[in-house]
Amino acid sequence: MRIELVKRPERSALFAALSPFIALGLTLIAGAIMFSLLGKNPVEALYYYFIDPLREVWSLHELAVKAAPLILIAVGLSICYLSNNWNIGAEGQFIVGAIMGSILPVMFPDFQSWIVLPLMLLMGIAGGALYGAIPAYLKVRFNTNEILTSLMLVYVAQLFLDWMVRGPWRNPAGMNFPETRTFSPSAVLPEIWSASGRANWGFVFAIVAAIALWFMLSRTLKGFEVLVLGQSPRAGRFAGFSQSRMVFFAFLVSGGLAGLAGISEVSGAIGQLRPTISPGYGFAAIIVAFLGRLNPLGIIAAGLVLALSYLGGEAAQISLGVSDKVVRAFQGMLLFFVLACDTLILYRIRFVGASAAKTVEATQNV
Amino acid sequence: MDTTPLANGRNLLEVRGLTKVFGTLKACDQVDLTIAKGEIHALLGENGAGKSTLVKMLFGSLEPNAGEIHWNGQPVMITSPGVAKKLGIGMVFQHFSLFEALTAAENIALSLADDTPISTIAAKARALSYSYGLPLDPDSLVGDLSVGERQRIEIIRCLLQTPDLIILDEPTSVLTPQEADKLFETLERLRSEGKSILYISHRLDEVRRLCDSATIMRHGKVVGHCNPRLETPSSLARMMVGTEVKNAERTTASVRGEELLSICGMSRKPAGPFSMPLKNIWLSIAGGEVIGIAGVAGNGQGELFEAISGEALQESADAIRIRGKSAGRMGISARRLLGAAFVPEERLGHGAAPRMRLSDNLLLSRHTTDGKAFVSGLGVVKSGAIQKAAQRIIEVMDVRKSAPDPEAAALSGGNLQKFIIGRELDRNPAVMVVNQPTWGVDAGAAARIRQALIELARNGSAVLVISQDLDELFEISDSIAVMHNGELSKPIPIAEATLERIGLLMGGAEPGHPDHAKEVA
Repeated sequence: MRIELVKRPERSALFAALSPFIALGLTLIAGAIMFSLLGKNPVEALYYYFIDPLREVWSLHELAVKAAPLILIAVGLSICYLSNNWNIGAEGQFIVGAIMGSILPVMFPDFQSWIVLPLMLLMGIAGGALYGAIPAYLKVRFNTNEILTSLMLVYVAQLFLDWMVRGPWRNPAGMNFPETRTFSPSAVLPEIWSASGRANWGFVFAIVAAIALWFMLSRTLKGFEVLVLGQSPRAGRFAGFSQSRMVFFAFLVSGGLAGLAGISEVSGAIGQLRPTISPGYGFAAIIVAFLGRLNPLGIIAAGLVLALSYLGGEAAQISLGVSDKVVRAFQGMLLFFVLACDTLILYRIRFVGASAAKTVEATQNV
Repeated sequence: MDTTPLANGRNLLEVRGLTKVFGTLKACDQVDLTIAKGEIHALLGENGAGKSTLVKMLFGSLEPNAGEIHWNGQPVMITSPGVAKKLGIGMVFQHFSLFEALTAAENIALSLADDTPISTIAAKARALSYSYGLPLDPDSLVGDLSVGERQRIEIIRCLLQTPDLIILDEPTSVLTPQEADKLFETLERLRSEGKSILYISHRLDEVRRLCDSATIMRHGKVVGHCNPRLETPSSLARMMVGTEVKNAERTTASVRGEELLSICGMSRKPAGPFSMPLKNIWLSIAGGEVIGIAGVAGNGQGELFEAISGEALQESADAIRIRGKSAGRMGISARRLLGAAFVPEERLGHGAAPRMRLSDNLLLSRHTTDGKAFVSGLGVVKSGAIQKAAQRIIEVMDVRKSAPDPEAAALSGGNLQKFIIGRELDRNPAVMVVNQPTWGVDAGAAARIRQALIELARNGSAVLVISQDLDELFEISDSIAVMHNGELSKPIPIAEATLERIGLLMGGAEPGHPDHAKEVA
């Protein structure tokens, strides 16, 4: 016997809307099972994980700090995925954006002016966009698979950052710790409302970017072009849209936003470059993009959910003594259930007996 | 209708009350069908009448919701194509399922699913093919074969399993008239050997010529059984469609206007290993004229369309001129701005994006030409204006749909095609290029589309129609050129064109090309 996926004749609008919530519910159930296998009380564990971090104002600020890069990266990725470009390398574009944006505060610490911060942000965007342009160029020119090239470039970026902070950019007054000098005040992204917590302007950038891209996708000809080329490339060519230009557009936008997230994180939340500046935001943002159904407004909500999983992981580590790997496990389960729910909206499962129906699929799809 | 008793020794297949429901649509509703041993039985009906659904149930690809199937008098459950083959039912599909990079014999071996060595299969296939007058070299690569030859592979593959019932789905739609004659001889021979054939078609002449009995379907129901030899084409058509079908009225071209589209010595290298090169193509179309391009599928028509539309660019700007302007290096949007409009063969995925609404699909081909009306300065789409235009097209072309602005994929083929053609006609293009305007479109919609194309030409536009349907070309064209093997013959004025002459050109037997080359040289 084997299992087949058979396309459903029609899609249920109700379940399409419910799917992210069903996925969340299933993740919670699976999480509870995981915690009880670890020997913890599942109710208590889920409480520390998902409720406790929301009880105080300062931790809501922390939520915004974590959500900002996730949302910024994920809205850029939504353009990529909607146009059928599989950028898996946002983590690398995030890092290169952070490095490029840090050139001024690290190499010219004496240059202090109001213009430093805007320049840093622009250089961060440029860095991420240029790094995203590499897999785009390889795809257009040599027809390489962008999933592989963009992913491999992540490791290049990570190792390059590691070398930079241990070598050329190491803080001369930093007791040989692998980190750059701390940024001067004029190079720090300010907090939105410093009286109550740490959330910086990165969160505002994220919301603005999400709304802008939502408008572009739903109301403009460019957004139409993204959707047509993603859904039916041949119809897109018939419409006179260029597939190659779209590859560059998608990678430049998502790379640029990842770069902006990178420099915002370094300048706002960290204040210097270190060997590790991201707990995997670039990868978690893939989950955010799909959990938000590739809709920039949905991505805002999804980004907050994923940010909560980071905070909850830290809280659970402290109160329950579970490993920080639990966060990754949670994110993995969430992505699995999101994709599984989406798949089951379009297909139903069919069990096929051993001997029967060898060519059923082929003939049905004729 | 139910007159023949069950277990009558003469009947090979009896179907009673077969029903298949998709959602709310009854694709097959209480269908009865009886096929006697040694007869060629026609299954007639328009597209969407339920023929394919019925046949898929007989071949085990679809499960019926209700009804019974008797084979040799015994009730059977055909749960999969494997079961159907074991019973002795073979099928030749309209769209072939062959691997182009494999040889004919290898393709046959794949479907046999046992360990017979390829050489044995090749020998058997060769013997069988010659004995039935369908010569075939089993060692040739499928990619190098013509469509007619590929069909032979499918037929031989089917015959190797010694079926008692052979189902043929629109077999002549890919053949030249001469090739079709050959096929009919083979089918008649099979009949004389006692095999039964279920012959699906909407071509009434060949059904009247070949078939012993016919079952006619409309909207999922059987509307009649008859002996086609006792009917006239128009009485059969009436049963199929339910009403009288009007032919498009062709007024003679009044005044030949100035040249609007010209192709001058255009060549194109093959885009892929199995696509056709275009070889030195010359054509000129004037305003007021409809020129038809006939040809068996896969002789370069698709490549020609892509080259004219600008989806593929030419090497020289002068290879194509639209309204006197050299357009060879222009993309499709720039060519549209010169006044050209294009309708590709494939509706879903090429002419329209399946999952997008009709209004979005209007924007698809007209965002540049109607830039000011549909898109504001900052690139913001004016959805109100587009909706209004879409509704206008829907009314003019009588597009029937279930929702105010449905997804393209939700429309039937004919209605979507009416919308796509209407989308271009609405612009009043100076040059209209259409590939297979009525492929898979029901008779009523087809007549509407043909009439619209003729009217467009009579109002001064140049119309180029690429089609495999010869009847259609004879109905609407002022002259007909034939594509064969990537070459285009000289257009033959409709007064001089005969079915036989066009058929010979389609088979490449009498290339019009050298004749034509002499003239331009």
